[in-house]
Amino acid sequence: MRPFFALLGKELQGFFVLPLVYFVGAVFLALSGYYFYTNLNAFITFGFGESIVEHLWQRLYGDIVRVVITVIPLVTMRVYAEEKNLGTIELLYTAPVRDFEILAAKFLACMSVFVVIVGSTTLYPYLIWRVQPFDLTQLFAIYLGLLLLISAMVSIGIWLSSLTETQLIAAMFTYGATLLLWNLSWNEAAVPGDWLGFVSQLCAYDHFEPFARGVVDLKDVAYYVAIVVLMGWLTMRSMESRQWRGRR
Amino acid sequence: MIEAFNLTKDYGRFRAVDDVSFRIEQGEIVGLLGPNGSGKTTIMRMLTGFFAPTVGTCSLGGVDVIADPREARRRVGYLPERVALYPHMTVRGFLGFIAKVRGVEGRVESAVGDAMEVCGLTSMAGRHIGKLSKGYRQRVGIAQAIIHQPQVLILDEPTVGLDPRQIVEIRTLIQTLAGLATVLLSTHILPEVSATCRRVLILDRGKVIATDTVEELTEKTAGRGETLLRVEGAEAEVIAAIRGTGAVADVEVTERAPGGVLTLVVRSQMGVDVRPGLARTLVDRGYLVHEISPRLMSLEDLFVDILAKSGGSEVGP
Repeated sequence: MRPFFALLGKELQGFFVLPLVYFVGAVFLALSGYYFYTNLNAFITFGFGESIVEHLWQRLYGDIVRVVITVIPLVTMRVYAEEKNLGTIELLYTAPVRDFEILAAKFLACMSVFVVIVGSTTLYPYLIWRVQPFDLTQLFAIYLGLLLLISAMVSIGIWLSSLTETQLIAAMFTYGATLLLWNLSWNEAAVPGDWLGFVSQLCAYDHFEPFARGVVDLKDVAYYVAIVVLMGWLTMRSMESRQWRGRR
Repeated sequence: MIEAFNLTKDYGRFRAVDDVSFRIEQGEIVGLLGPNGSGKTTIMRMLTGFFAPTVGTCSLGGVDVIADPREARRRVGYLPERVALYPHMTVRGFLGFIAKVRGVEGRVESAVGDAMEVCGLTSMAGRHIGKLSKGYRQRVGIAQAIIHQPQVLILDEPTVGLDPRQIVEIRTLIQTLAGLATVLLSTHILPEVSATCRRVLILDRGKVIATDTVEELTEKTAGRGETLLRVEGAEAEVIAAIRGTGAVADVEVTERAPGGVLTLVVRSQMGVDVRPGLARTLVDRGYLVHEISPRLMSLEDLFVDILAKSGGSEVGP
């Protein structure tokens, strides 16, 4: 296990020694703080007779997901692309570790970044809870949903990073892919009737919305896990491509 | 210690390495010599388990690299052609990371300390790698290759891009390491081989075209009976004087510099050193001799030579 923890430590160091992740965290927190303030303000102004479940948390965390989608590419873009560009990936590929351990270390390091920055948004419900305690079940569901959603999107970003040496290309494709996945079914009228069920099955929003309502459904959990597994498999194939591409 | 059987590597339709077999005994320092693109790096990447050969097998210390890649990789230290290091890490931090990933037994700090000591990095331990000079980065690259005391050391162009003083230092370092491990190093510079290796595998377009000891190679490159001569004097008279010297077979003027200095190549019968005789003749007749030396073969000449001897319809890189 020691080689794996060394890899994980190296990946974490790669994030937390460099300034980028702090800038990303700062922008993320500034934006989500703005959304918290504006949503709370709207809830207080217009919220009489509305439920806190539906009209504060559901809206706020919908907005936070949009901010998450904006910052995910900035975190995942470097994980493979930078090592391929520097050439350091060759050190990893010739070390006595499995490809899977390299990938798992990178994935867990990215997730740690998001656990820290998204975890700090628990401050918002805590502030409300201090003033007026409320049922926290919905919030547990929301944070479980966020964790799953971020895992899926991070694994997409890691896969795209493994395909290129250029971080910006990885970032742009990740942003496009995750935003599309989130918005896929937003206009139901634009989808041919027979396809609607299928498209909404693919759409990340449709699988997050139940969590936002406080409902944990195994089907939605399976959706995100399936994306992580698929992307992990694709990333492993991408790492193996050195066998026939003859390049990093 | 290092064995390769019928190694072949295809990148799509391009065959980078073609049916290469060799055997390197424990404690040898062997050079892979060949021009750029001849398959040196590809062979090294197969040996280090970076990727698998399309056909063939290789083993390190009896462990098959394909069947048991992790065990094989434990036995090998590798300096890639592009020495790639994490710029934000310190020398000590980076070597500690490599030691743990490579599964160093026992205390990591002492392994790191030893490697830094051997490579002359102790004074740089706390520096960030991004701020080191190229020579020091090369040493860090070598330190990470030896940190787990591997039985096999594979160095891909270890002195490329260094200044002459650093080249000498790195060569000395490699020779120090030779007692501890079996070394395979690649180069496209001919003198590098004679400076560090005892045996050479000569590669061209993915094939091993010759295996020589360094003595044989030196003989091939220096002993072709060609002498380089730079002399000041009238061309016709100088040539006549040279032709009059014993054992000279042929003279060719290769350069006529302004000021009357001629550069000539004198071919003699094999195994005869005509230099003392030439020097005496020319000095006696009052010509100013600027240089008289055995003409060293370039890598290109050597290739043409070897390919021609091996019955080469496909002569020439």
